[in-house]
Amino acid sequence: MATETLHAIDTHAHSHDEHEHHELGFVQKYIFSEDHKTIAKQYLISGIIWAFFGGAMSIIFRLQLGFPNMDLTWLKPVLGQWIVEGKLEKEFYLALVTMHGTIMVFFVLTAGLSGTFSNFLIPLQIGARDMASGFINMLSYWFFFVASVIMFASLFIETGPASGGWVIYPPLSALPQAMPGSGLGMTLWLSSMALFIVSQLMGGINYICTIINLRTRGMSFTKLPLTIWAFFFTAILGLLSFPVLLSAALLLIFDRSFGTSFYLSEIYIGGEALPNVGGSAILYQHLFWFLGHPEVYIVLLPALGITSEIIATNSRKPIFGYRAMIGSLMGITLLAFIVWAHHMFVTGMNPFLGSVFMFLTLIIAVPSAVKAFNYITTLWRGNIIFTPAMLFSIGLVSLFISGGLTGIILGNSALDINLHDTYFVVAHFHLVMGAASFFGLMAGVYHWFPKMFGRIMNKTAGYVHFWFTFVGVYCVFFPMHYIGLAGFPRRYYSFTALGNGRMEAFVDMNMFISIAAIITFTAQAIFTVNFIYSIFKGKRAPQNPWSSNTLEWTTPVVPGHGNWEGEIPAVYRWPYDYSKPGSTTDFIPQNVPYSATLESNFPEENEEIAKEKEIEGLLDIQNSSYNH
Amino acid sequence: MTQEHLANINLDEPEETLSMNPKKFMLWLTIVSILMMFAGWTSGYLVRKAEGRWHEFEMPIIFWYSTGILLISSIFMFFAVRAAKNNNFSTLKIAISITFVFGLGFLTTQVLGFSDLIKNQLYFAGSDVAASWLYALIGLHAAHVISGLVVLLISLISSFRFTNEKKNLTRIQLCATYWHFLDILWLYLFLFLYFNR
Ligand code: HEM
Ligand SMILES: [Cu+2]
Repeated sequence: MATETLHAIDTHAHSHDEHEHHELGFVQKYIFSEDHKTIAKQYLISGIIWAFFGGAMSIIFRLQLGFPNMDLTWLKPVLGQWIVEGKLEKEFYLALVTMHGTIMVFFVLTAGLSGTFSNFLIPLQIGARDMASGFINMLSYWFFFVASVIMFASLFIETGPASGGWVIYPPLSALPQAMPGSGLGMTLWLSSMALFIVSQLMGGINYICTIINLRTRGMSFTKLPLTIWAFFFTAILGLLSFPVLLSAALLLIFDRSFGTSFYLSEIYIGGEALPNVGGSAILYQHLFWFLGHPEVYIVLLPALGITSEIIATNSRKPIFGYRAMIGSLMGITLLAFIVWAHHMFVTGMNPFLGSVFMFLTLIIAVPSAVKAFNYITTLWRGNIIFTPAMLFSIGLVSLFISGGLTGIILGNSALDINLHDTYFVVAHFHLVMGAASFFGLMAGVYHWFPKMFGRIMNKTAGYVHFWFTFVGVYCVFFPMHYIGLAGFPRRYYSFTALGNGRMEAFVDMNMFISIAAIITFTAQAIFTVNFIYSIFKGKRAPQNPWSSNTLEWTTPVVPGHGNWEGEIPAVYRWPYDYSKPGSTTDFIPQNVPYSATLESNFPEENEEIAKEKEIEGLLDIQNSSYNH
Repeated sequence: MTQEHLANINLDEPEETLSMNPKKFMLWLTIVSILMMFAGWTSGYLVRKAEGRWHEFEMPIIFWYSTGILLISSIFMFFAVRAAKNNNFSTLKIAISITFVFGLGFLTTQVLGFSDLIKNQLYFAGSDVAASWLYALIGLHAAHVISGLVVLLISLISSFRFTNEKKNLTRIQLCATYWHFLDILWLYLFLFLYFNR
């Protein structure tokens, strides 16, 4: 830390910030807050609450799948009339699957992950006082909040929530008479998601604008931590794809409420023809997956960014292939927009078109493999410190690889035609998206908890939580590959009636999965208790508990409004100078100039010294940017 | 900090970006997302049209007029910004008022266009998908024009009050960017519909 003081002279002379010195009321401070750190915590806590509900739903339908003959009367106090004669209502099973998917993909892993860490880390790691627009940022959270309330309310209506799967394909979702959940439940789903999209767009616009405009002096793009790069590409993905989901949803709303036929044609219900003609249900799938595929990366990229940061810090090694990491993020972002039809191989598309999409899809394996390779080479021969965050990050790499491999299988249209809509797909995306991103979220919470709350989460509980979750996730999702290969379809209430007893052979495996799921879900209580306990009673954190290089650790232990008390530090080097040869410390933070580390500079870095005065000189410009 | 000094700084680019107005930048990002929505709709239109059984019909002539009206309003918006830059408040007030009136005129002609379609038995729902698409594209654009008119009205009121010149100029510039965008978006939709009936 000695090096830090070298340049810290002269940083307190300025009277920079008017808004730092007046006290805010409770409501402004904790509820309608415009402070990015508070908004991040709001997102995190909302995400955790949603994860609990989403997880609990999966446990209920796992009970049905694993123990089809079980008497569920004891659930009646919670589920009320959805339990009929000790059995789960079939319609409600579908509602549960749909809500589980919606909640996990959008509310937990999009809002809870991106919302938390983009908000928390972008200003802190690029050296900004707050987001470009605190007000829009606040609106973003409250739109999400209202969306959450609507989605939650839809669980309690008489006809039940939306039930057509998280992808809400028409005609099922377009016709209120198609199933109970397609009535009011679907209307609420669409309203909630419209607000959610607006919320994510406001958030994303803020992230992009902040990263581009509010970097501190010297923080060029090539000195940004990989977390920020990941959030940046995530925001771009969202900005370009969420509007398309909104346009798909609007046409669906027209079909539902105004009697148009954008997605409907020649449908008979109960032997009677509906008046709707001329629409195309496949069109909806195109529009949906144009969002849907980028969405899976919106969920994953922040987790990958978090992992890069944590793995480099805790391996005490520079990240391997910094530029390749950025390049592969960029490659994934671009490719994410041109592979959507791999979700539609069985829609009767022209086989030639199918092979084009197959080709594009398989190319994604290249940047994905680059990332996996770089994580492993960063770990290789590092002085690894196994913090809970590090374990979750390594777990993410493992899950990303095992789930990514099945992606390559599914990407081949000839194979996918057999596997589509089976549990093989469920296994694939739960490993690569669900579990991997969840691990990224957990890693991020363990790692940045000290910055959020000034305390450290209990380590031992963290290890126990990790091992239960890691082993549990594999026990839950790995067997699903076999079930899927055997032909188990997704979203079926009961399997045993299928295939003349052939499926009975898999009852045991389903039981095993369900038990593993229950244990894994229960183990999350360890985290919850640790989280809440540590907020109030955890061990107090030092300023830089993980000896990390990035700027957030130069703020006070619990940063106040405006983040830095004096001037924002300038940045002189990339964030990964760990164990640099010649250096006396094993890490050199980004705000330490090369002129202070002559003993460890490479020749080209000595040339940078000349420019450092100019980085300092940018102070006035930087300050003036906070006067608008 | 002098200009020459700035020019000497040979970093990746912080001096440039730090001086960019975040509000303008955010507006551009908003425009991108609106653009993506219309990209979604127009490609949906093409996908559906390619599936065949597509009814072809004439676009009402009146949409040519509405195009002209919106273009004129955009031109006056341009004058308004120039006047605001030169602190020429009387011109500003006139130009921005004309912009607003022509904007309203545009909406009126769009509604007249709809009534022409209705005269030809083409309805939003229940008649023909091609007609539904036409209504949807034009109607959704009109909805954005309404939001543009609201923004325009705010600038209009503030330019009659001109409390803070600098703030006012930024507001008018933001408003102008959005308005020109809506104009260009309409041109795109108009040509798109014209060539893809
Ligand atoms: C090597 C890279 C990958 C390839 C080639 C790939 C390929 C595929 C294919 C072809 C499908 C469609 C299966 C079907 O429905 O029949 C699919 C489904 C899916 N993939 Fe991947 N994938 C890859 C990586 C990922 C990643 C990184 C994520 C998320 C972060 C992801 C998330 C999903 C999801 C959520 C689904 C299922 C959506 C649904 O039907 O509900 N995939 N993948
Ligand atoms: Cu995909």
